[in-house]
This record gives sequence, structure tokens and C-alpha cells, in this order.
Amino acid sequence: MEKSQSEIRIIIVGIAKNPLGFMGLVIVGAIVFSAIFAAWIVPYDPIEMNIRDRMQGPSWSHLLGTDQLGRDTFSRVITGGQVALKVALPAVFGAMAIGLTLGMVAGYGPKWLDNFLMLLFDTIRSFPTVMFALAVVALVGPSLQTVVLVVMATSIPTYGRVARTQTLTLRNSEFILAERSMGASMARILGVHMLPNIIGVLAVLAAMDIPTVIALEAGLSFLGLGVKPPTPSWGALLKDGYALVRQTPWLVIGGGLPIIVATLGFTFLGESLRDVVDPKLRKNQ
Amino acid sequence: MTDVLLEIDNLSVDYETARGDLKALRNISFDVRKAEIVGIVGESGCGKSTLISSILRLIAPNTRFRSGEIRFDGSDLLKATEREMRALRGDEISIVFQDPMQTHNPVLSVGQQMIDIQHRSKAPKGEKREKAAQMLAAVGIPDPEARLDQFPHEFSGGMRQRIAIAMALMSEPNLLIADEPTTALDATLEVQIIERLQELQREMDCAILFISHHLGVIAELCDRVVVMYAGAVVESGDVRKIFHEPKHPYTRRLIECDPGHIKTRARILPTIPGEVPDLANIPDGCIFRDRCNQATERCMAHVPPLESVGEEHMAACWLNHEEVTA
Repeated sequence: MEKSQSEIRIIIVGIAKNPLGFMGLVIVGAIVFSAIFAAWIVPYDPIEMNIRDRMQGPSWSHLLGTDQLGRDTFSRVITGGQVALKVALPAVFGAMAIGLTLGMVAGYGPKWLDNFLMLLFDTIRSFPTVMFALAVVALVGPSLQTVVLVVMATSIPTYGRVARTQTLTLRNSEFILAERSMGASMARILGVHMLPNIIGVLAVLAAMDIPTVIALEAGLSFLGLGVKPPTPSWGALLKDGYALVRQTPWLVIGGGLPIIVATLGFTFLGESLRDVVDPKLRKNQ
Repeated sequence: MTDVLLEIDNLSVDYETARGDLKALRNISFDVRKAEIVGIVGESGCGKSTLISSILRLIAPNTRFRSGEIRFDGSDLLKATEREMRALRGDEISIVFQDPMQTHNPVLSVGQQMIDIQHRSKAPKGEKREKAAQMLAAVGIPDPEARLDQFPHEFSGGMRQRIAIAMALMSEPNLLIADEPTTALDATLEVQIIERLQELQREMDCAILFISHHLGVIAELCDRVVVMYAGAVVESGDVRKIFHEPKHPYTRRLIECDPGHIKTRARILPTIPGEVPDLANIPDGCIFRDRCNQATERCMAHVPPLESVGEEHMAACWLNHEEVTA
């Protein structure tokens, strides 16, 4: 639709007006910026070992110290951010797109299809994510793609259920009846009239889901099921630091702090996004 | 009987429920001619909504058409395919709903919705937008060009109903169904909307099926009236005849109960005692007999047929047969 350009501006301005939203924008902006320009920001190669400089504290040459192999923690944190986004964004947006489609089909389509999709969603949801991940990793081996796929598969039902509920509510609303009595086809009703009513809710859900996924990736990497070493990830940093916490706490801080900050940033963003996407709450626009 | 646009012929519609079939419409017959305004009056639950959804074929899944035909421009809508119906809706037949606060998509601007409604036209977007602005101007919305970019919640109820009318008339339909379009509005607005509707009807030459329980509005607006009671037509005909010499006791009582007709101040407004019979379990005889103060033996046993009681005037009541039987 042609509204996108101004619409996005209105949403961003709306978020920035809220102090928490502003903080969220700044944090998320910083993470995205450092991930995109990681190659220029990092002072050292994040996987280059330097045994002579191992386990140092913070200094001007190593801002967050080094690990047991002498790798620069700061460089690894920045590159780890890249990894976190590489997992979180495709997983969340993929899950959202698939969940949205299936959910709308379930909500608007015939009853048997609805029942079938709900059964499918409930089946997937009944697996504990970590157990599911363990099984998949045992089958295909740990990698970035595996993490993305596992996270996506396990979060599709959440989006699907929300999209379905919204569709069911909208389906019986009078304005949809009005559209039908004006001769709108099913595709038109779903695409033009229902989608804009649902997408806002799902966008908020996605923004709040990103930190969960980042934490999940960190958790899987911590368990050794995520990205393979020597690729730096916040979870892997935490894992290395956990073993060496008596000698050098900087690894734990380097791995843990970004997870906390990223979680806060995306949550702030999601919450203020929720207030903005509802046109009824939008003032003077 | 020339130029009949919509002809409803002996239509019976049931709802299948756990308690048995609910006979929502029984042997309904009336017609709407080209460019005339027909009013449908009746209390809540008399089958007005079922009638509308049957005409548009936007029916609940448990609806069953038991008999009859709905002919629009000569072809039976009950036999039309879903595709044919969709081509008709919003093009030949349009509708304005009762509650203007609910009939617009809350997240799309009025302009977007009015452009979307013209999805059948191949015209460029700019032209569609211009047409939308013209329609808004036609229903009396000032500064239409600017207001196209506003969202439904930025309009008042009266404005929204005007927008709904503009949308319904956009395709210049042959038949506009107005489902109590002024019930949710206050009295001053009601007059404005009715006047506007009347003007537009004359301009566009479309027929209107006007559903209301406000007798004053019906008398003002309509050419002919159909009085419905508990899923059946009890009286129909020319508006003046119905109001001046009603031939069915229900119509008579309805007119007596209209606050506009009451001359003296009263503490308690008159009502028709009793209630509508259970449509899943219809008693024998006349449907109105339990609430009728003139009911006779005959009314208990036999259903009175809808018969001509004068030129352009039909009624279903045994009392009109008195001369014959006596």
C-alpha cells in the first residue's frame, strides 16, 4: 500500500515522544548499528587467538579484557550482537509471516481446517523448546541455521493463535459484514481489511519476542547447542566466562550485559509500539 | 404492475436450531418497483433482518430457504451462484447498516475505504479519489478532499452515517437497502439524513427498501409500506392508505402507539399487550390473535390469507371478510 512512507514516520515519531520508547529506539539503534558496522568497529579480529595476552582485565588496548585464548572480549561482544540479530530477526519475522498466514486461514476458513491447524499448533507448543532444540541439534548438528529454524518453528503457534483470535473477532464485526455486502471477495477482505487490523498486534508481539529469541539463542549457545565455536555469540561468551568467573569476571559481564540491555531495548520499543499502532490512540495526526 | 425491480414471492425461511426449526419468515410476498421507496415496519424480531440477509444472501449457516423466490430484475437470487451474488452486492444492490459506529474499518482512512470499494472500476487511483470526494460532498460533508485522509473515529456518528450512505451510493445501485439507518442517531440528525437520502434518491433514481420502526419517518419518506409481524406480512400497500385506513388490527395498534400520534399528555405510553409467539412452535390460526382484541373463533383455527382490500392495498385479517361471512 502507498501509505507506508508517512505511516512509518508517524510511528517512529510517536515512539520517540515516549521517554521509554525513545530509550528503546536508542538501544535498538545502537545494536543494529554496531551489528551492521561491526567489521569497522572491532579493534581486533574476534576469533584471532593471542595466548600471550590471555585473561587480561580491561585496559585501553582491550576495553573489556581478553579470554582464556587471548581473544578481545569487546570485539567478541560486538560480533556477538551480529550473531544475535542474525538469529533473532529471520526467526521472528519468518515465524510472524507464517503464523499470520496460517492464523488468518484458520480464523476465516472452514471449521475442519481451523481444527487441524489448532491441533498442529498445540502439538508444536507442547514440546519444551530446549528439548525440541536438543533433538533437532542431535539430528542435524549445531549451526546458526538450526537455531533459526528451531526458534521459528516453536514460535509460529504463538503468532498463529493471536492472528486466528483477531481474525475470528473481526470476522463477525459489522464492518466486515458491510464489506461483504459491498461485494468484496475473500481475498480482499483478508488482505485489505483484516490484515491492517491484525498486523499492529503482531508487530508488537514480534518486537517483544525478539529479546526472548536472543536469550534463547544465548541459552542454546551456552548449552553448546547454538552457534559453533569459534563464532562469538553472547551465550558462548557467557559460557566461557562462567568457567573462568573467579579468574576474570569480564567475560560474564561482556556476555551478560548486552543480553540484558538488548532485552530492555526491544521490550521498551515493543511497548511503545503498541501504544502507537492503534490509530484511536494517535493524537493530532 | 410495470417496472418491478425486486419481487419477493412466497418466501419462507427457517433457522435450524436445537429446539427445532425457527420459522423466521413465512410466505412473504411483496415487491419493490424501480425508483420507489418501500418501507418495512415491524417490531424487533419480526424478521426484518432475516429478510435483508436473504436478499443479499449473506445468511447464517443454519438458514434454510423453504420456499419461494427472490427475483431481482427478473432472475431468482436464491438460484444465483456465490460469484453472481458477489457481482451484484455493492453494485446493483447496496446497503446502509443501522450502527454507523461499527460499519467502517477502524484502521483505514475513509479515503482508502472509499477507493477500495470501487474495486470493480479500472479507473486510475486519482480518479477514484476524486469520485470519493464528490460522493462525500453529495452527502453533505464539508471539505471532502481533506477529510478523505481522516480515520473513521475522527467523525461523529451522523457524519459516519453520511459516509456509509456515500459508500453505498457510490456505484449508483438500482436498489438501496437501508436497515434502520437513523435509529442510532438523534432526532435532528435523523431529519437531515432522511432529507439527504430523499434528495439523492431523486437524483440517482434508485429504489430504496427502507426498514424502520419509526412510523413518522416511514410516512414521510415512503411510497408504499409493508407491515410485518412475527415473520409474516400482515398488511401492505400505499402509504396513505395504510396510515389513514389500516385494515389490520396490528397496523392500527402500531399507529396508536406511535408517540407522534398521541394528542393528549399521558404518563404511560400505550403499548400492545402480550408478546410475539414462539416462532419455533407456531400456534394455529392468525399469528396476531393472542394480542388482538377483536379475535374470533375463526381466527383461532385458520390463518387469514393476504388479500386485496382495495386498490394498492392488501391485508391478512378475517375481519375484512365480515360482510362476506355475515
